[in-house]
Amino acid sequence: MSDIAIRVENLSKRYRIGQRERYFALRDVLARALTAPFRLFSRNERQTAASNPSGYIWALKDVSFEVKEGEIVGIIGRNGAGKTTLLKILARITKPTKGYAEVRGRVGSLLEVGVGFHPELTGRENIYLSGAILGMTKQEIDRKFDEIVTFAGVERFLDTPLKHYSTGMQMRLAFAVAAHLEPEILLVDEVLAVGDLEFQKKCLGKMEEVSRSGRTVLFVSHQMNQIRRLCERVIWLDGGQIVREGPTHEVVSAYEAAMTSGEWLRQERPDAPHVKARFLKWEIVAPRGDQPNVLKGLGPVTVQFTLQVYESISMGHHGIALFNSEGQLMWAWGVNNLQLNPGVYVFVYRFPLLPIRPGFYSWGVSLYDDAGQIDVWHCVPDMLVATEDLQHPSYHWNGILNLPFKFYPKQVK
Amino acid sequence: MEITIIRPEQAWWDINLKEIWQYRELLYFFVWRDIKVRYKQTVIGAAWAILQPFMTMVVFSLFFGKLAKMPSQGLPYPIFYYSALLPWMYFANALQNATNTIIEHQRVITKVYFPRVILPLAAVLSGLVDFAIAFTILIGMMLFYNIIPTVAIVWLPFLLLLAVLTALGVGLWLSALNAIYRDVRYAVPFFIQFWMFASPVAYPSSLVPEKWHWLYGLNPMAGVIEGFRWALTGQGQVSVPLLLVSAFAVMLVLMGGLFYFRRMEGTIADLV
Repeated sequence: MSDIAIRVENLSKRYRIGQRERYFALRDVLARALTAPFRLFSRNERQTAASNPSGYIWALKDVSFEVKEGEIVGIIGRNGAGKTTLLKILARITKPTKGYAEVRGRVGSLLEVGVGFHPELTGRENIYLSGAILGMTKQEIDRKFDEIVTFAGVERFLDTPLKHYSTGMQMRLAFAVAAHLEPEILLVDEVLAVGDLEFQKKCLGKMEEVSRSGRTVLFVSHQMNQIRRLCERVIWLDGGQIVREGPTHEVVSAYEAAMTSGEWLRQERPDAPHVKARFLKWEIVAPRGDQPNVLKGLGPVTVQFTLQVYESISMGHHGIALFNSEGQLMWAWGVNNLQLNPGVYVFVYRFPLLPIRPGFYSWGVSLYDDAGQIDVWHCVPDMLVATEDLQHPSYHWNGILNLPFKFYPKQVK
Repeated sequence: MEITIIRPEQAWWDINLKEIWQYRELLYFFVWRDIKVRYKQTVIGAAWAILQPFMTMVVFSLFFGKLAKMPSQGLPYPIFYYSALLPWMYFANALQNATNTIIEHQRVITKVYFPRVILPLAAVLSGLVDFAIAFTILIGMMLFYNIIPTVAIVWLPFLLLLAVLTALGVGLWLSALNAIYRDVRYAVPFFIQFWMFASPVAYPSSLVPEKWHWLYGLNPMAGVIEGFRWALTGQGQVSVPLLLVSAFAVMLVLMGGLFYFRRMEGTIADLV
């Protein structure tokens, strides 16, 4: 018994409609600045609930599981599946409605980076403030101060107020503080999807380091690759309940298969909020292979996203983004003033060439209207680009593009 | 090994003082942050801490003193008013800040756990710095008017503590209520204004008929303010029963506030 770090029994959380949360996160601001109207990073598990007239919603229902000491457990599921709610209960941010949980060890929660940052304070002051809020003692911060500063790469700006930092710098500093938290149990919501590529790598590396150091980690992510890379075991949540739990490979494959088959696909939950529209699925229509998420040619490529529209939308704003497995934004685009009538649409994207390096990628699509968000979908499954690798033989010289070319030496003189 | 049990029910009487003590560093950081940030990007900075009570004192001395000829227990009007405005302004600001603190920290509250009671506590404590700054002016004024404090001045820390606890007690109630009903933040400025007239800030408590004094004592700030004048100048008198009633009232409000706050704590993150 003593090696159980987290024990959860019949944990349930009911929200009254209208108890929605609304806040602006640093990463929202970043994402908005980058890809408006596409807002991939906003957590809206509860926001959509506000439109449900029936009164209550079970964000989590009778969830039971155990996590052993030193285990890295991934939590996957669609938006609104209850992942964040679960972390929030374990982090003691909110109380469950029913059930019981026992957590053995000091808990650190990373539900968002940059919590407690104050724009008027300097970088140095913010390190202390944010560190203290995340649960570090002053001594601990003193000891790790230099490490944090080096990790974030903000040595020269330590005494500059945070408001003069670029967003990227703020994110780096925020993550650096968070990454140096050393609790016995770490609860991480999708925080790795920030910053530039190099920093992303650093963060993932740090997470791997954390996982090797024998700490217990619960890790929520939409990016199956991060899950595959970091977790040994995965819990798949849907509609507030555990669908499946087991070794990463098994559960992630089942999840991806279910998401592609359309059977699970964003189907209406009995208590699901009423929405104007929702994305149902995505697929590669050309070149068509046996699996709709595996790309076997450089181009032309046609990708389509199926959208079910329940109510007329007069001024729709649609955004799309493509991320690589490290969470770096590869490309994004948006369009305003879409006129959509009730029915089923496919949003078709035809790329003459998609010369990206083989590997896993994830799509994100969003739909807004002037009243706010209608649907944001971190597309499942990930896209696997399985084209011929046209890269330099040395891994160090592998870039993000996979350009087709012809090369011939020609003597001209 | 630290073991945390998470259950739906919250024992409202279980005020975990030990936990608050464990989080004392965070309390310190919140106070420190408040003080650092308060006068950032203002031209005259911390001089605001002096200017507010000082200008109010000038206005009160002119209108209530010179024009309305308010009895002042034989004290010069500036001393009479400033010595009352010091604790009052501390109290009013502390209460206002404590009320808003939960809402202002909603982002932190929905992302990290810590005993929420630290927030109103920090709001109330950080006001003491302004109080200390404004107090230096009082020392100058007393030198100017040649008023020598008596031994009664040893009561000052106790009276200040009473003001802090009053602000905290009422602040706990209002901050929790404010998280549920945003109306509270609009009502509080009025509430504070009415409270000022129910306290001997603009007038001496001797104007209140003797037979109502016990009721007057239920307002802890009445005892605090009257006590401040007396402790600083030796003028006027402070009635011990009145102070006792005040202290008792404060304790009731504070305990009630702690219990109520504790009860709300688990759901605050869902409400803000």
